[in-house]
Amino acid sequence: MPRSLAHSTSNGVADFDRVSFIDVSKYFGRRRALAHVSFECEAGEIVGLLGGNGAGKSTVLGLAATILQPSSGQVRYGGRSREDLGLALNARIGVLAHELQLYPELTARENLEFFASLYGLDQGVDRAAEALARAGLMDRGDDFLDGFSRGMRQRVALERALLHEPQLLLLDEPFTGLDEGASMALIERLQALKTAGRIVILSTHDFEIAEMVVDRAILLRAGRLTTMAPEGGSLRDRYRDVTPRVGDAGGSG
Amino acid sequence: MKRFLRVALLIMRKDLTVEARSRELLLTTLFFAVSAVLVFAFGFVRDGRPVENAAAGILWIAIAFAGTLALGRTFERERYHDVLHALLLAPVDRPAIYVGKLLGILVLLGTVEIVVVPLVALLFQAPLLRQPLLIVTLLAFGTVGFAAVGTLFAAMLIRARSRDVLLPVLLYPLTIPVIIAGVRGTAALLQPEADIAMARAWIGMLGFFDVVFITLSLWTFEPVMTE
Repeated sequence: MPRSLAHSTSNGVADFDRVSFIDVSKYFGRRRALAHVSFECEAGEIVGLLGGNGAGKSTVLGLAATILQPSSGQVRYGGRSREDLGLALNARIGVLAHELQLYPELTARENLEFFASLYGLDQGVDRAAEALARAGLMDRGDDFLDGFSRGMRQRVALERALLHEPQLLLLDEPFTGLDEGASMALIERLQALKTAGRIVILSTHDFEIAEMVVDRAILLRAGRLTTMAPEGGSLRDRYRDVTPRVGDAGGSG
Repeated sequence: MKRFLRVALLIMRKDLTVEARSRELLLTTLFFAVSAVLVFAFGFVRDGRPVENAAAGILWIAIAFAGTLALGRTFERERYHDVLHALLLAPVDRPAIYVGKLLGILVLLGTVEIVVVPLVALLFQAPLLRQPLLIVTLLAFGTVGFAAVGTLFAAMLIRARSRDVLLPVLLYPLTIPVIIAGVRGTAALLQPEADIAMARAWIGMLGFFDVVFITLSLWTFEPVMTE
C-alpha cells in the first residue's frame, strides 16, 4: 500500500494523497444517515457514489467536505484529521453541492471574483476571467445569475468549486441540468483533474454517465455500504444485481 | 488580523453591492421607520405641541423595530441557494463572516438613521442636533449593540422554520438594556438644558454593552455555525 501523505507546507497549504472514511457513522437526531462506512479514495481517482434517494450520498459528501462531523468514526485526509489540518484543509477542498451556492443577485464574474477573494487567491480577476472562459460563458460574464439557465449556473458553480485548484473535489449530482455537450465537457474536465492527481468523489443517479467517468463505484443503501461486483456487465446491471439482495434494508426513498 | 478584516470587508462590500442594486432592505426598513415616526407624530403631537419627552423613546423604537426587520433578512441571501455553506467551507475565520454581516447591517441602519433623526427632530420639535457629536455617538453605540446581538441571533436562526417569530422574541429581552440606555441618553440631551454628564454616562454604559455583546458574539459565532 502506498505511503499516506498529508502535510501543511510553510505557506499553510495542506496536501494529501488520499481520503479515508474509517468506520464512519452519522446520526441526525435519532435518524441514522450512515452506518459504519469505510472506504478510501486515492489521488488520481474518480469515485462514484451510487444509491437511491436518502441512501446517504450527500451525507458522505458533507462529511468529506467537513461541513458535517461524524457521530463516530473518522474521516482522514492523508492520515490526518480536519483538526490536524485546520483551515488549510478547507483551502484544498472544492464542493459543488446540489444547491449551487452562488448569489443570483451578482453577475457570474462578480460571483467568481468574490469567491476568489474569499479564498485569498492572487489575481482573482484574472482567475475569474479564465474560469468564465472554461465555462464557455465569456460573453455572459456580466449577466446576473438569476437570468441563467440551470445548466449555465451549474457550469459557473463548478468553476467556483475549482477556482482554488482543490486537491479533493466533491460533486453532488454534477450532471443535473447539463445538456449533452456540457456533460461531455464536464467529463473531459474531470478526466483532466484525474490526470493532474486530484481526488474526485461524485454522486450521481445517471449510470450511463457514471460508466463513462468513474474509476470505481461505491454503492450506498440506507446508509450502509453495499458490495457490488467490481467487473462483469454494465454498472447498471451490477447495481440491479445487488439491489434485490439488500431490498429488505430499505433506503429506496 | 489583516486577512480577518479583508474577509469582513469583502462580505460587507458584497452585501452592500447587492443592496445597492435591489434596495430591498433599505426601502423596507426606511419605509417602516418613517411610517412608525409619522404614526407616533399623529398620536403624540396635539395642536402642534408634542408630548413632553416622547421624542427619545419614539426615535429608539423606530430604530429598534426597523432594525429587527433588517436583521431578519440579513442572512436570507446566504440561506437561499445554500451560499452559507460555501462561505463556511472557505478557509476563513468564521467570525470574519459575522463581522462582515454586522458591518453591512450597520451601514444600512446608519442610512435609516440619517433620515429618521431629522424627521423626529422636525415632527417632535426635539433639539436632536444641538449636541451633534454626542447624539451621533449615542446612536452609533446603541446601534452597534443592538445589531451585534441581532446579527448573531439571525445567524443562529437561519435554519429555524419560525425564525421570523423567534428573532424578536430572543432579541428584545437581551437588547432592552441597550434601548433603555439609548433612550435615557437621548432624553438627557433633549432637556431644555442638555445634561451632558448624564448623556456621557449612558454612552459609557452603551460602550460597555457593545464590548460585551461583540465579544460574546465573536466567541459564539463559530460554534453556532458548526453543525
